Amino acid sequence: MTKEYKTITEIAGPLIFLEKTEPVGYNELVNINLPDGTTKRGQVLDTSHDIVVVQVFEGTGGLNRDCGVRFSGDTIKLPVSFDMLGRILSGSGDPLDGGPAIIPEDRLDIMGAAINPFSRMPPEDFIQTGISTIDGTNTLVRGQKLPIFSGSGLPHNEIALQIARQAKVPGSEEDFAVVFAAMGITHEEAQYFMHDFERTGALERAVVFLNLANDPAVERLITPRMALTAAEYLAYEHDMHVLVILTDITNYCEALRQMGAAREEVPGRRGYPGYMYTDLASLYERAGVIKGRKGSVTQFSILSMPGDDITHPIPDLSGYITEGQIVVSRELHMKGIYPPINVLPSLSRLMNSGIGEGHTREDHKAVSDQLYAAYAEGKDLRGLVAIVGKDALSDRDKKLLEFADMFEDRFVRQGPEEDRDIETTLSIGWELLAELPESLLVRIDNKYIEKYHPAHKK
Amino acid sequence: MEIKGEIFRISGPVVTIQGVNTRMYDVVKIGNEGLMGEVIGIEGDKSIVQVYEETAGVRPGEPVENLGMPLSVELGPGLLKSIYDGIQRSLPILKDTMGDFIRRGVMIDGLDHEKPWEFKSSVKAGDKVSGGSVIGVVKETHNVDHKIMIPPNISGTVAEIKEGKFTVVDTICTLTNGTQIKMMHKWPVREPRPVSKKLPPNIPLITGQRILDGLFPVAKGGTAAIPGPFGSGKTVTQQQLAKWSDTEIVVYIGCGERGNEMADVLNEFPELEDPKTGRPLMERTVLIANTSNMPVAAREASVYTGITIAEYYRDMGYDVALMADSTSRWAEAMREISSRLEEMPGEEGYPAYLSARLSEFYERAGRVVSLGGLDGSITIIGAVSPPGGDFSEPVTQNTLRIVKVFWALDAKLAQKRHFPSINWLSSYSLYSKALSPWYDENVSPQWTDLRDDAMDLLQQEAELQDIVQLVGSDALPPDQQLTLEITRLIREFFLQQNAFHPIDTFCPMDKQYKLLDAIQKFSDKANAALESGVLIQDIITLKSKDELAKVRFEEDFDGSLKKVMDKMDKEFDSIKGESFADSATQEVE
Repeated sequence: MTKEYKTITEIAGPLIFLEKTEPVGYNELVNINLPDGTTKRGQVLDTSHDIVVVQVFEGTGGLNRDCGVRFSGDTIKLPVSFDMLGRILSGSGDPLDGGPAIIPEDRLDIMGAAINPFSRMPPEDFIQTGISTIDGTNTLVRGQKLPIFSGSGLPHNEIALQIARQAKVPGSEEDFAVVFAAMGITHEEAQYFMHDFERTGALERAVVFLNLANDPAVERLITPRMALTAAEYLAYEHDMHVLVILTDITNYCEALRQMGAAREEVPGRRGYPGYMYTDLASLYERAGVIKGRKGSVTQFSILSMPGDDITHPIPDLSGYITEGQIVVSRELHMKGIYPPINVLPSLSRLMNSGIGEGHTREDHKAVSDQLYAAYAEGKDLRGLVAIVGKDALSDRDKKLLEFADMFEDRFVRQGPEEDRDIETTLSIGWELLAELPESLLVRIDNKYIEKYHPAHKK
Repeated sequence: MEIKGEIFRISGPVVTIQGVNTRMYDVVKIGNEGLMGEVIGIEGDKSIVQVYEETAGVRPGEPVENLGMPLSVELGPGLLKSIYDGIQRSLPILKDTMGDFIRRGVMIDGLDHEKPWEFKSSVKAGDKVSGGSVIGVVKETHNVDHKIMIPPNISGTVAEIKEGKFTVVDTICTLTNGTQIKMMHKWPVREPRPVSKKLPPNIPLITGQRILDGLFPVAKGGTAAIPGPFGSGKTVTQQQLAKWSDTEIVVYIGCGERGNEMADVLNEFPELEDPKTGRPLMERTVLIANTSNMPVAAREASVYTGITIAEYYRDMGYDVALMADSTSRWAEAMREISSRLEEMPGEEGYPAYLSARLSEFYERAGRVVSLGGLDGSITIIGAVSPPGGDFSEPVTQNTLRIVKVFWALDAKLAQKRHFPSINWLSSYSLYSKALSPWYDENVSPQWTDLRDDAMDLLQQEAELQDIVQLVGSDALPPDQQLTLEITRLIREFFLQQNAFHPIDTFCPMDKQYKLLDAIQKFSDKANAALESGVLIQDIITLKSKDELAKVRFEEDFDGSLKKVMDKMDKEFDSIKGESFADSATQEVE
């Protein structure tokens, strides 16, 4: 019964401009009927008595001034249901797997709402990923948002998949689900993910949203929101622990920039819109644990840094919102080490609340700090060796230098199918530390040295 | 003219309204749901409004009502222990009324209007009162007496004053001119509360953090900035300040920061114990939490809401510490709104008035004599988060032009697990000189010298490190090797501090002095020993020196320090003895 308007005055990039409409709500969902009978969808970006601006998700190709525009009177909603698990959906939420449409138990606004900070539970449940560099030195906890900062040509997809396969909370057999949202990744990459999900049977516990590289860029702006809406639904209505993998945030930001340019907005740094921080926050902040509810949303996004530059606006703003980052290093990758995670610039801000007695093991923090400090120093010394040669080093420095090599070889390196539990990770840490003179272990309390140091342990 | 009109245009948080008469900064209710907004521009018969809540679904033509007053906060008993969003809505009450997610269209009072408070008057009929005069007291929390003051713009003679249990909206005092005084009054957040005079900043804010109190002190009523690339421990440093600084009231503004971190603050604060009284720290704290995904206009307002509450307690004669984490997020909110208004942008898209807004805000700090004749202060500690750690960006640069103290957090130090990771070479405090007399009088007459020596040594170390990088430390002459050893002591024993260790987390001034003094004593003895021919290796390997490292963690600090220092004396005597013995044998040979 809604009116159809044929009053398009201008089409610019992904935007259409209409006039002489009845009052239209901000952010309202719009259907555009093309002369050839197809329908495209869009969203109201700016509305006034004079003019309405609509961004079209499927691109404006084929649109002309004869198109009919219908306003739905409602914001964009995602039909959700428990049966979404195991389904593959498009970037706008339509089934891609040939299966039937989802019979909704509820329809939820994809923009979501901010969690009242007072309702949040500070995250503190340790998630074991089975990867030493994450569990040991950059621990992930439930409800955290921890992106992988990577670069082109690095194995971030493998790492993300390994985490999706292995992530668990030790000692609890609670419901676990993965929501996977691809934004602008290639068909090949998507295949790789899908294949792995099918191979390991993970697909049954997963909801997949695919916006591929050749899908309209504008659609990327709603894909992650759809995925997060599905995740929140599973977490808060069905008490599941949901791991959300968003890849690739960089493509999302490019789409955001494209929209900003189309709207002729004043650009911020490197042409990205000034509101990118707030916009990214509206994605990342949809992770968390709520008091009194069983489920949780944990985010593991992949972000490829253009030119490996960590100061680029995308990783930079992300770093301000997320609770740390896992940095994938080209240097380690070139050395043939998998997973090439550089622990020095990596960080998990919530680590301290998820480790130690009652979570992992009492000596965890001390061991982690000590490994970190010794590796940092050993790595620094490599620079010195390049200038003065190894022979000029003191014995202490030589030990540290060797330590750095061993750390990369034994602690960092592991197989893509190798699932190390936290005990294993910590004992590898201790074995490495045992190679150093005990006087260098200043960050570890004596009582832990007596209890865990291989030389003291009987 | 008209107080009602309609919506003309909606673009995100910026809404244009028409047909209603407004003044700048008037609060308006927007649309069928009555969303709260503030007029930030007027063009002809249209006004531009920034809306504090989500605007999705709002349509042109919906009604608008002007409430006819600027954005204000309610000031009175009940502020302490509160957790507010950016426009003084209590988050616990929001949770009760609309669940775990923040929905819109809910207006609630900043203070509880029903709760009765026991009011004790301190004036009588016939007394002359004016703005700021204290007319009575309410015990707001166990340790804070909330002074009830005449609002700044009112004066007259008391006709009647009551005593007993009242709510904040009951009249407790009537003036002869008929003015009724309640315990609560409203104050527009963008207008600084008046004071009778500003005082010089010559008393330090004691924070119990060695690098801050020791090397880069901030004065009560001063301003400080903590910039920091992400992952450099900024948040922990600010929380330490909130916990430990010697102020009566703490206002903490979480402006555009992470939800989980805010949750941590909101959970942790109520459990913290005030070290001085043993009571919960919340009893003297007001928290304002506006996370990055809450509406951007409310983020812009949150800083003003916080400082106005701080000023109110300052007017009662209290020392207030205000933490704003982070002012960069606040500036970004200004940028976002400015770009929605299609204003001509300044540097990096920030509005041209960025610098003016920042300085107006920091100017609201200060040690003052209030209108009521009481001494109070507001110390502002603002965090800035420069993108990419680039200090040349506009928010950091404009902030540095205003603030007097700069605590440069350094990600490199954090990577080396040196906490608090404040870089001692690039930080500064312009208050050091002005505060020296205080330190000399209240800590020790040698304090300034000790501090200057330590700073001097740290500078020397930086130069020596450049050489060590090239040739290795063994190639340095013994006295320079000793300098490096002493500065290592300063860095590891004095500058490093463990915020999570029950004893080390707070270090009183006396202990700070003794630690610095102990390092100085070691330095003197070591230098003397070196001159008398002792080998540098013997000095570096002294056991007592390493034990000095652990003293700061000991419960019985004075006792263990004495033990270590005694041991140090003995060890120095013995190595001196050996070297004399050596040289003696050599002479004999």
